[in-house]
Amino acid sequence: MRRLLFLFFVLCGFLLPATAQQKTVSGTVTGADDKQPIVGATIVVKGTTTGATTGLDGKFQISAPSGATLEFRYVGMKTAEVVLGAASVYNVALEYDLVGVNEVVVVGYGTQIKSKVTGSIAKVDGAVLKNVPVPTFEQALQGKTAGVFIASVNGKSTGTTNMRIRGSSSITATNQPLIVVDGIPITTEALNQSGAVINPLTSINFNDVESIDILKDAASSAIYGSRGANGVVIITTKKGINGDTKLNFNIQTGFNEASRRREFMNTSEYISYFREAAINGDLQEDLSYGDPAGTSDYWQRHVETRLKRYSGWAAQLDGAGKYTGSAVNTDWQDLAFQKGKIFSADMSAQGGNDKLKYFTSISYNNMEGILVSNGIEKVSARLNVDNKVNKYLDLGFALSLNRTNIDQVSADNAFSTPMQLVALSPITPSRDQQGELYNTPTTTYYNPLIDVEYATRNIIEYRSIANGYLSVNFSKELKWRNEVGFDLYNLKENARYGEKTESGTGVNGYGFANYGQTQNITTKSYLDYLKNFGDIGVSAVLGSELQYTIIDNAWAQGTQFPLDDLKTLSSSGLITGATSSLTKYSFLSYFSRVNLDYKSKYLFTVSGRVDGSSRFGKNNRYGFFPAASIGWVLTKENFLSENSTISFLKARTSYGLTGNAGIGNFGHLGLYGVGSYNSLSGLVPSQIPNPDLGWESTSQLDFGIDYGFFKNRVSGEIDYYIKKTHDLLLNVPVPNTTGYSSQMKNIGSVENKGFEFVINTNNLTGKFTWSSNLNFSYNKNEVTSLGEQTIIDSGSARYMNVVKVGQPIGAFYGAEYAGVDSQNGDALWYVNEQDANGDVTNHTATTNDFTEANFVVLGKPTPDIMGAITNTIAFKGVSLAFTFQGVTGNKIHLVGDQWMAANGVWYDNQLKSQLASWKNPGDVTDVPEARLAWDNGDQSRNSRYLSSGAYVKLRSLMLSYEMPKSIISKAKLGSMMIYIQGQNLLTFTKYTGWDPEVSTDFLNDNVTSGCDFYSAPQPRSIVFGINIGL
Amino acid sequence: MNKILTILSAVALVGLSTGCDKYLDLEPSQNISENIALTSDKNVKSVLLGAYSQFASTYTYGGNLLMNAELLAGDGEIQWVGTYIDPRQVFNKTMIASNSQASAHWADSYKVINTVNNVLSGLAVVKDADRERVEGEALFLRGLMYFDLVRFFADQYKFGSANTQYGVPLVLTPTHGIDETSFITRNTVDEVYNQIIADLTNAAAKLPEDNDVYASTGAANALLARVYLQKGDYAKARDAASAVIESGMYELQATYAGVFNNDNNTAEDIFATQFTPQDRFSAMTEFFSVPEYGGRTGDIDILDGHLNLYAEGDQRFDLFFVGEGAIRCGKWNNQYGIVNLFRLAEMYLIRAECNTRLSTSVGATALADFNEIHTRAGLIAATSITLDDILLERRLELAFEGAKIHDMKRLHQNVGGLTYDSPKLLFPIPAREIEANPKLKTQQNPGY
Repeated sequence: MRRLLFLFFVLCGFLLPATAQQKTVSGTVTGADDKQPIVGATIVVKGTTTGATTGLDGKFQISAPSGATLEFRYVGMKTAEVVLGAASVYNVALEYDLVGVNEVVVVGYGTQIKSKVTGSIAKVDGAVLKNVPVPTFEQALQGKTAGVFIASVNGKSTGTTNMRIRGSSSITATNQPLIVVDGIPITTEALNQSGAVINPLTSINFNDVESIDILKDAASSAIYGSRGANGVVIITTKKGINGDTKLNFNIQTGFNEASRRREFMNTSEYISYFREAAINGDLQEDLSYGDPAGTSDYWQRHVETRLKRYSGWAAQLDGAGKYTGSAVNTDWQDLAFQKGKIFSADMSAQGGNDKLKYFTSISYNNMEGILVSNGIEKVSARLNVDNKVNKYLDLGFALSLNRTNIDQVSADNAFSTPMQLVALSPITPSRDQQGELYNTPTTTYYNPLIDVEYATRNIIEYRSIANGYLSVNFSKELKWRNEVGFDLYNLKENARYGEKTESGTGVNGYGFANYGQTQNITTKSYLDYLKNFGDIGVSAVLGSELQYTIIDNAWAQGTQFPLDDLKTLSSSGLITGATSSLTKYSFLSYFSRVNLDYKSKYLFTVSGRVDGSSRFGKNNRYGFFPAASIGWVLTKENFLSENSTISFLKARTSYGLTGNAGIGNFGHLGLYGVGSYNSLSGLVPSQIPNPDLGWESTSQLDFGIDYGFFKNRVSGEIDYYIKKTHDLLLNVPVPNTTGYSSQMKNIGSVENKGFEFVINTNNLTGKFTWSSNLNFSYNKNEVTSLGEQTIIDSGSARYMNVVKVGQPIGAFYGAEYAGVDSQNGDALWYVNEQDANGDVTNHTATTNDFTEANFVVLGKPTPDIMGAITNTIAFKGVSLAFTFQGVTGNKIHLVGDQWMAANGVWYDNQLKSQLASWKNPGDVTDVPEARLAWDNGDQSRNSRYLSSGAYVKLRSLMLSYEMPKSIISKAKLGSMMIYIQGQNLLTFTKYTGWDPEVSTDFLNDNVTSGCDFYSAPQPRSIVFGINIGL
Repeated sequence: MNKILTILSAVALVGLSTGCDKYLDLEPSQNISENIALTSDKNVKSVLLGAYSQFASTYTYGGNLLMNAELLAGDGEIQWVGTYIDPRQVFNKTMIASNSQASAHWADSYKVINTVNNVLSGLAVVKDADRERVEGEALFLRGLMYFDLVRFFADQYKFGSANTQYGVPLVLTPTHGIDETSFITRNTVDEVYNQIIADLTNAAAKLPEDNDVYASTGAANALLARVYLQKGDYAKARDAASAVIESGMYELQATYAGVFNNDNNTAEDIFATQFTPQDRFSAMTEFFSVPEYGGRTGDIDILDGHLNLYAEGDQRFDLFFVGEGAIRCGKWNNQYGIVNLFRLAEMYLIRAECNTRLSTSVGATALADFNEIHTRAGLIAATSITLDDILLERRLELAFEGAKIHDMKRLHQNVGGLTYDSPKLLFPIPAREIEANPKLKTQQNPGY
């Protein structure tokens, strides 16, 4: 019994050694540079949850067992550790941490210390994304990194963005980077049918993100082989941590609204403008036809009947029944927009011990859009668990569930999209005298408000990304990691258009149901080796990966509903169509990477990947993508190691090959598709075969410098790159006389070159801190070859983006506007006669005949310079952070202006700017004479409709106040912060349209971009929030 | 322990690399490989049906091709008031080389031509009993495509002289890849017309008289009548039209209104484009009609210049209606109804015109044929007629069915201030086609 008791005490002593020899220590924490006391630094007894913070004088006191290790932490400083000895006073000086040098970055199949990285990788801490009031993480990333261009296509709630890392390298295949979440290359293809394509990435709850690492150069992205050419975005979610569970709650609420508006004509302006246009239209008819039908006042009579008709009940007539005006002045633009409410609530918990760690979160987010009837609501939950089974085995999984509910509006080109309300006349009341919405013939076009009241387009996405791993640790050095990842993306769409809507008219209502599913399974197995042989450090991975993706879809539509209130197809009297489809693709890959370093001073990395894909032709099924890089940390050399100015300096260079396999799934086969006639299905030739079809290959050379000065108070990176893409997957136009329009081939090349510049500074330290981050990048994109051709021009009369050798992808190619003939009001263009080389031989000749104007390059849709500056200022718990972001060098094609600034060619309401139209001989203006029914400068491929796309936006601002510990500890809280934050608060631009951040959603591809077509401006959002930690 | 695990992992890695190759051989689920498309009787017939689905394209016989013939001729009788810019350019005769109406007409017609060329190359596997019918249908569709290509894209045929002016490129074999032979030039108008007539004569001989809604002997002869009429070869036009009438396969509807807005062919229809809610809707409805019937906002107004042509009591006048604030043509108010392409009434009018021009009475007298049409419209039978009477009857009977510009061209009538042979009345060779096929660069129509 005594023995047992003894054993018990021994055990207790073993388990609870701390209780035995506790002692109290104290001291002061200061900044190493300025010797100023640091307020609010955290001191933790390592391995426990015991902690303290420093007071206003930087002093602390803590009770800890002797021999324990104290950790001193403060944001922006390097964590210091002190082992407690006999002394009872410990004064600690913390050094400023250089963001980006000592942090860990996530690379493909592993992690690396940033100071040892020889590639170009931009890391963004998850904290900067937290609670940003935008639908998707890409928008929260805007302006945070150099060389990464992110722009929303419009201001709708669906969060569709274009993301380009170091420019666009492809014309036909995708230009979006590969997105990898916790090791799984995830699905990014949308499956919806109503409206424009949505962005499946909105289902990623970016509050769960620990970090985003963007692999930019070939050395870092080549390990992703045939999918690495557009760069790779690696998203890592939060893991559990050692210690007591930390709970965090966040609630925020606010609103968003249209950030910019345009000026349209009012009632009296509209009436007088169109009467004038009608007179001119009649004159034009006489000039052209010699008035054979005797209708010399046709348009003048027409305009009077239309004005009366469009005025509805508001028409004012004189005694003789002649139209005199309208009693209303409807601001249709105002009816398109709303002030949308924003609300979100987020809870997370993090904790664990040596054996088991977990992170879990649950989140709700509801954002009404700035357009009437548009909005997105998200619910998500996550559980990440890591378990150390024993010395040899680690296992864990990460599981997320998301539900996204979108109230979709039509695509920008549909009459039913709210933005097309601006086309309606100000003389038209929105409702008749019974309160019903007016439609044609009273409104000029279909009234989109009818869709708002009588149509629903509901999209619900369910997404689960799950990833499990089992890691076998043979030894400290060698691990064998096995992962299975599953990304299941489901979409359920129910659209119902009442009998008054455009789609439901004449058929007693219309509806469709759409179900889509993408199953993406990834398995991988790799060996991970890490060992130091004296001064030589070695790390290596070797493994293989298989990805298999199946996309299927089922869809049905019907008409003839007895009542608008019946919402599903079961009530449809006539099923007018139904279909299902299935497609799949696979990748089988082998990869390896070896990193070597000598004294952490000379760094060397080689990597390679062999990729096979079902998308490639039989003759070209496997590709090899190698890369090599070297780095030299100069500050580890004797001649710099003691330098007081230069604290870190690394030169690095890399070269490698990557591929782009982002093409259709069966592009190499000769195919027949299905065409139906008379209710029977037949076969039609749909694709010319190409058994040689392969990936696009990109070689990239990168030179970079990572630097830190003045004890890293100034730090950053500079990169220069040349990225050449060959064997472009090109839909080469073929003569239509063959029965086809194009053939997919590997032809042509594109070059991107540019530089990136990042500087982080700690301008002020101490009680009042101020830090800045500036990033700036320049990219020059040029099509260097298109095989036999020199230009790919879709021949569209409306869009003028082309691919032309010597120009950037999507260059605007059209007629050069030369203003207005001051004698007759005709729109003029430069003839721009060209010689055999395409050089303009006469710069001055003009013509009023659009078909005589030779097309020239007029600009480009992508900016060549972009940058952002973020400042963070903090004083006594009050903190202010704001980011200005901008681009320049690009133009935007105001495609919608061919109706809104269209010389009154038809009855669309016109922009106020059109009031300056030519009226009398001698008038000098650049707005052509108004002519009803006659083109006069409204031809779309016309530099008149190009505007500079340069802008600077106050992209984000966050003002927060961290409540003092003294107050919140009374409430038994760990921390409490209140804040206000905003997005897109200010926009500085000369752009004449709504918002220069635009690329209309229904036609947003690699070539046709930078077009504004009734596209909603970005939302300006302001939210108030509170964050509580326990 | 470690060794065993190392070996296991190595085996797993190698295993993954060898067993998975099969995952890269995936076949599509909604397409079939071209190797098997023409290997069986069933498949070749499916490809023929595919050709009909392409023939019914919105831009061609789904309606736009007929509408554009009216818009090009439009002067004082109709007014394009829609917002689409490309049809407005057609109406105003201000087309540019990238006009989508022209480029889609071109592209969609050659798609049908390639598909039927595939069918013709696969006749060997078709069952003996069906081979002639399949061949005849393919030839009919090819002839139809070339006829409307040459009418829209090339100068009017000049009867009695060599027609060496540019026609359209003739493609008579299927495309299996892109090579030198894919880049071709325009054949002459003579060559195109000769090919059309050869195809249709051959088709008329091989097709059955009754062939459901698909091409029949009657359809081939009706098209031949139209082709000869366009050429000015009145004797052959008369005989072909007469063959259709005399076949006894067709009869006039009792009322004029009964001819239109039908879900299915009537006894009067020789050949028509079929629509079902499952595949597509009529583009004629889209542009000529109003939302109530599935149209746009009423893009084509009918003017007094046309309405004043009707005599008192003409039932054809009664078909016009007021919709969306203007007078509309009432022939196209069924968005899933057929689009009438060839009907018996036209054959009577062709025969009457040709008999009058040639002073013959093949089949019947011109007066008798004229009165078949005239009295059906509710009018009193005429006792004597002139050529002008027949031409006016034709203009009213076939109004807004896609005949007008072609009639004006063959009759050398002016369109407003433009003469019948003005290049402004020709579609441009599509800009994208000239970019894709530099050999056509010097062969663009004048003015583009």
